[in-house]
Amino acid sequence: MTAPDTGDRAPGAAADSQSGLATAVAPVLTVAVSLLGLCLLWGLAANAWPSRAFPGPGQVWQVLLAEAANGDLFYHLGATLGRVAAAYVIAMVVGSVIGVFLGSYRRADRFFSPWVILFLNIPALVVIVLAYIWFGLNEAAAVGAVAVNKIPNVVVTMREGARALDPGYAEMAAVYRFGPFDRIRHVLLPQLQPYLAAASRSGIALIWKIVLVVELLGRSNGVGFQIYLYFQLFDVAAILAYTLAFVAVMLVIELLLVQPVERHATRWRRRPA
Amino acid sequence: MQPVGAAVPLRVDIAEKIFRSAQGVSVTALQDLSFEVRQGEFACLLGPSGCGKTTTLRILLGLDKDFSGSFQLPEGGSNRIAAVFQEPTLLPWRTVEQNVRLALPKGLRTKNLDGLFDTLGLAGMRSLYPAELSLGLARRAALARAFATEPAVLFLDEPFASLDERTAERLRHLLLTVWSARPTTALMVTHNLREALMLSDRIIVLAQRPARVLGMFDVRLPRHYRNPQVMSDLLRSFHQKFPGVA
Repeated sequence: MTAPDTGDRAPGAAADSQSGLATAVAPVLTVAVSLLGLCLLWGLAANAWPSRAFPGPGQVWQVLLAEAANGDLFYHLGATLGRVAAAYVIAMVVGSVIGVFLGSYRRADRFFSPWVILFLNIPALVVIVLAYIWFGLNEAAAVGAVAVNKIPNVVVTMREGARALDPGYAEMAAVYRFGPFDRIRHVLLPQLQPYLAAASRSGIALIWKIVLVVELLGRSNGVGFQIYLYFQLFDVAAILAYTLAFVAVMLVIELLLVQPVERHATRWRRRPA
Repeated sequence: MQPVGAAVPLRVDIAEKIFRSAQGVSVTALQDLSFEVRQGEFACLLGPSGCGKTTTLRILLGLDKDFSGSFQLPEGGSNRIAAVFQEPTLLPWRTVEQNVRLALPKGLRTKNLDGLFDTLGLAGMRSLYPAELSLGLARRAALARAFATEPAVLFLDEPFASLDERTAERLRHLLLTVWSARPTTALMVTHNLREALMLSDRIIVLAQRPARVLGMFDVRLPRHYRNPQVMSDLLRSFHQKFPGVA
């Protein structure tokens, strides 16, 4: 089968373009209807119990538009997104290196395993507070604290990935004298891809939640800071507006970045013999 | 047909190879194993299953360094070694062609491989992923990878095991075609006597574990004379020389 890549659809579905379109649209439609249903339910509930602490979707939308119009929304979203991205990259790189190392050397793993368990169980809040005390209320401390919270999770996942490596490929690479760069790119990373994907997925979700706490405790911008501000003003509509805006951003990243990258990385799997 | 490089043979002199299990049990896999494969010669290591043939090959490939003794590899050509493993061991996430090219040294990555792919019947399959190939085709791709590097010595570890006999027979002929175009010193591990008689210039017969050399069987006849009649004669004289083997 030499047909070009058919994107996100199964190869068989490409044969009939109409049914292909239907299968592509159906899931999107389901998601839209489902979200619309949730909004409706929310609106009904807000109507039934009118309160300043429980605004309806319309009110939240108004606040969202106002915040977007004066530019605040994008400024704070950008600040948070930057911290999420920085912490994510640091956590993935450092965690992967440590995880692959521990998965490859059993002695090192036995020695450092208690450390990993220790760090896994330190509450995020403690790491953040200590980072601010030790390194000051600055950007590096904020991002570093988030990364340190995430690194043990990445280590554990990547350690499993390294244990599952097939020694046959490494031996083949040794016999054919692959260079270190080729070994990482063509032998190691493709084998670790499912584990990288799993660590990424759980990573982004966890990191952005911790970033909000970091911003709440010691930053003067970002979604977390805004939520804290509106908490003091008891402005629930604004709190929800910022939360939903950031969730929407993360959803777009998932759809436009994470899923296409994953499809590309697993293209060889989707064409069975 | 010009032999490649200086006339350095493959010389193997392994004193001992011991496996130690986690429970402290040690098994001697190889003992006083020494033989030589001449330049440009196709040799087979023939022995019963589990006698240490693959262990020998792993030592020669540099994958197992925990042994006493020494060996010397032939030089010349790209000065590289190539191996065809028991499993095709193609990277599933790279196409057939990428798999072959990745095994080449950086400077030769873009070299023309049309001839090789044509000979092995892989011309239309260069852009397929290994999962899309049958086992027979995957083994052809593994052969292509080994020959593309123009190695100074080629090691084959039962490359046709787990194939049906017809496919295996076709692949043996293909192997001979590619090998004859550029006769490389080759050492193939097998437990299949017919296969060894068909392919090799010399058969190194190994004893049961711990493996050591029982004797040599030279097949001086050119390969195109080895028809079924001649093969059964060869078989008979082999059995006379090595009663009770295979």
